[in-house]
Amino acid sequence: MTALNRKTLRDLWQMKGQAIAIALVIACGIALFVLSRSMLHSLELTQQTYYDRYHFAEVFASLKRAPDSLGERIAEIPGVARLETRIVVMVNLTVEGLSDPAMGRIVSLPDTRKPVLNQLFLRRGRWLSPRRDDEVLASEAFTTANNLHVGDSILAVINGRQKRLKIVGIALSPEYIYEIKPGDLLPDNRHFGVLWMNREAISIAYNLEGAFNDVAISLLRGASTPEVIERLDQLIRPYGGLGSYARKNQPSHLFVDNEIEQNRQMGLIMPTVFLGVAAFLLNVVLSRVINLQREQIAALKAFGYSRQEVGWHYLKLALLIVVLGLCLGIPGGMWLGEGVTGMYAKLFHFPTFTYRLTYDVALTASLISVGAALLGAWGSIMRAVRLPPAEAMRPEAPTNYGPTILERMRLGHWVPPVVSMILRQLERHPIKTSMSIFAISLAVAIVVVGNFMEDSVNYVLNAQFRTVQRYDMSISTIEPVSDCALYEVGNMPGVIYCEPTRSVSTRIRSGARQRRVGIQGLPCDSTLFQLIDLDANDIALPEDGLLISQKLADILNIQIGDYVQVEVLEGKRPTLQVPVSGTLQDFTGVAAYMNIEALGRMMRDGSLITGAHLLVDPLQQDALYSELRTIPKVAGVTVKQHSIDSFENTVGENMMLMKRINLLFACVIAVGVVYNSARISLSERSRELATLRVIGFTRGEISAILLGELAIITLLAIPLGLWFGYQIAALMVSLLDLELFRFPLVIERTTYALATAVVLLASIASGLLVRRRLDQLDLIAVLKARE
Amino acid sequence: MTDAPGAQLESVFAARQITKVYHMGEVDVHALRGVDLDLYRGEFVVLLGPSGSGKSTLLNILGGLDTPTAGSVHYLDKELTDFDDAALTRYRRDHVGFIFQFYNLIPSLTARENVALITEIASNPMTPNEALELVDLQDRADHFPAQMSGGEQQRVAIARAVAKQPDVLLCDEPTGALDVQTGILVLEAIQRINRDLGTTTAVITHNAVIAEMADRVIHLSGGKITGVETNSTKREASELTW
Ligand SMILES: Nc1ncnc2c1ncn2[C@@H]1O[C@H](COP(=O)(O)OP(=O)(O)O)[C@@H](O)[C@H]1O
Ligand SMILES: [Mg+2]
Repeated sequence: MTALNRKTLRDLWQMKGQAIAIALVIACGIALFVLSRSMLHSLELTQQTYYDRYHFAEVFASLKRAPDSLGERIAEIPGVARLETRIVVMVNLTVEGLSDPAMGRIVSLPDTRKPVLNQLFLRRGRWLSPRRDDEVLASEAFTTANNLHVGDSILAVINGRQKRLKIVGIALSPEYIYEIKPGDLLPDNRHFGVLWMNREAISIAYNLEGAFNDVAISLLRGASTPEVIERLDQLIRPYGGLGSYARKNQPSHLFVDNEIEQNRQMGLIMPTVFLGVAAFLLNVVLSRVINLQREQIAALKAFGYSRQEVGWHYLKLALLIVVLGLCLGIPGGMWLGEGVTGMYAKLFHFPTFTYRLTYDVALTASLISVGAALLGAWGSIMRAVRLPPAEAMRPEAPTNYGPTILERMRLGHWVPPVVSMILRQLERHPIKTSMSIFAISLAVAIVVVGNFMEDSVNYVLNAQFRTVQRYDMSISTIEPVSDCALYEVGNMPGVIYCEPTRSVSTRIRSGARQRRVGIQGLPCDSTLFQLIDLDANDIALPEDGLLISQKLADILNIQIGDYVQVEVLEGKRPTLQVPVSGTLQDFTGVAAYMNIEALGRMMRDGSLITGAHLLVDPLQQDALYSELRTIPKVAGVTVKQHSIDSFENTVGENMMLMKRINLLFACVIAVGVVYNSARISLSERSRELATLRVIGFTRGEISAILLGELAIITLLAIPLGLWFGYQIAALMVSLLDLELFRFPLVIERTTYALATAVVLLASIASGLLVRRRLDQLDLIAVLKARE
Repeated sequence: MTDAPGAQLESVFAARQITKVYHMGEVDVHALRGVDLDLYRGEFVVLLGPSGSGKSTLLNILGGLDTPTAGSVHYLDKELTDFDDAALTRYRRDHVGFIFQFYNLIPSLTARENVALITEIASNPMTPNEALELVDLQDRADHFPAQMSGGEQQRVAIARAVAKQPDVLLCDEPTGALDVQTGILVLEAIQRINRDLGTTTAVITHNAVIAEMADRVIHLSGGKITGVETNSTKREASELTW
């Protein structure tokens, strides 16, 4: 090994504490990058191969009932490659071991052949035997959540008749990677599942022989999706068509895409912040090293080392730290990736979902971190490279000390000399002081950012499940019924209070833009469903007109007061111009609300309802379930608590895991930054402090000088960091403004407190470490060394 | 053994009318004001002058660490003032050995490694051990600078400077930070190098006593050469005292 390389290693060893701190920060950034990028790749790849291999359809439509012959006409639409007509029905289920009601979506399978689209993957068991009407395949998510196995049976209410269905196989479908009950936003796999059944059996049960009520289509390459949708809509309109939609609006696909998009964004934001901080730390540390080694650099140059050799020498120092960071970060990211894969496997059901780190992710991670290191190191290395050797031999001119702020304000007499020494030191190096403040404030900011997602999600949950949904249970009917039904519901056991709801499938258009939305009708003075604005103030439902999600307004590019075209997809199917009377900031999906009476007037069918919100006496809940189960018109029952539980078990768990990862990393950054700042001021001041010790200052006093400096810097950094954290969170919120989930910019005081506490603790710990070194300060050695 | 300069008269350095001006904000500092100087092969020259007289500036220019504001410097048949940074680097690497007042050793490297740092890039070096033997430090080879006295550190610096077998040895106040005894040890080592290896040597000092070791003494004051004397007899470093 050459002497210069030896110097590199020894220099590195000399600054090992700082080197490790920086390497850890880099490792965190890289781990997060590797984690999110590789998850992104794995998800995308898995999704794509699954879709391809199992022929996931590209256009979907539901309708009331159409003869099989319509299928042939649909097949003639230009651009249609293949199609599969199906029967899809919602049924109530009774599952052993589950006292509350569950719902199933039965999807028909052709009796004698494999479906051409949305093919199934058989995880366990066997396929359906032809012509059996008591066999089903059940989705893996549902069977797992309910601990059901091949051979078990469930009870289903099929067209009003209770029927025992035997689960002969457990299956997965590209259509239901993420299984969600229509109208819900979160999966509840215990209470909702997909079942597949022979077409003949189901068509007989629902009097749909020779007919279908659902169609899935794949397109020829180059076909125009909007055109196909347009034509398909025309064809199915007379048959109660509920509007066709493209894959990009298919619920399961939308959710998986949302997850992919979140990974993409998170893979950008957090690693950028971490590596930015790492670059900054490298800059500070290398600047310091190079300052300290001015004369060594001069000597190297005097003896004929070239600029490049000197530059490379210091660059190597930075790169070694990066390599250390990568050695920790890449395996760390893989390890986390495997953990997160398990979590995704629980949330999404793919035939196989394995975690894979591709070389290009590792390579990109390496390049990025090297880039960050270069960015950080460049300035100081350039100074070393340019340092004129002749000048470096001359001692640096002593710096000017002026009166401090306090002294200028004539308050000088009031502060003890130690304090004015600290202030002088801070004021003497304004740039260095502000850089330290900046670095520590980034640490504060990272903790804020690491924790803010949880605040945001909690806020949404609270808003959604407490402030908005004040009911315990919601029920929906198979088709609109007279509002007299509400009195029946009100008289059922355990129902304390109930309010009607009405949902109408529509397509809302504004110019060329359109979106399929169910308009929710609510009573004007609803007490069980209270819309709120961002500040949780109640929003009154307008007498007339629509109240829509701001996101929907953005998608349709409309403003309050504009008229939109509402194409009703049921009943008499009127198409109407309706004003948008208001928008609201909600966080999940897109919604449109309307006064239930105005909705009735708009539909010109009097006062029909499609469901109710209920306040329920918990003691009589089971009695209510069994009562509801006997009413054929009731299509579904949703218990709010189940949604909350299910959220916590799936999405919530994901978020908690990610939050913990972020928070851990945030602490690493905090300690890394603060420790580095403390070490650097120690190394810069040791000579002066040793001199003070020699002339009679006590250990306590010199510690006070150094630690007082650190304390002032930390205290200044905290408010700044809280503000930075807020800004970064705002950036994340805007980048994560997706259709399925939006995060409100909510940061709780506890998060600010946590960030403050983490950084204060890191400061105290670093202060103690530095203080220990200060106590061991070798006065003679420090004074002998010429700096 | 080299005789008086007239004997060979092969000029290693020939500086003509060199001036050096430092711009310090509003004021210009004239460190050198038109210096003419020749250094001859194998001679031992002492540059004597008060602090601030421009000695270091002159030496740095000769050593290729700095460039003059005006004037020319010939090194053998080459014009140093035409060199770019890379050429100056090569020049320093191949021909010049520096010794500084504050040693400028690399603290993280042992004595041997400090010397190796230079022998690794030189074209015709001696081994680090040989160089350390020249200054009588072979048994301190594995010590770090912090474990050595100032005089020992300066001798390591001498070993480092001569290990590449330079054509010229430029020493900027090599004893400035040392007490008399150690200073003499260091001067002895420099004298031995000059004598045994025939390395052209220039030593800066403001200590007139040291001038007695030289073949020639060049007096500098206010950025000008104010006189050159040739010593008829050179004193041994060991005989000096101040
Ligand atoms: N880099 C520099 N910038 C400004 N002035 C300088 C610089 N180097 C030297 N000087 C000035 O040039 C003059 C000569 O300096 P120097 O050659 O170091 O003197 P000596 O070595 O004889 O003490 C001094 O006045 C010094 O202040
Ligand atoms: Mg000098």
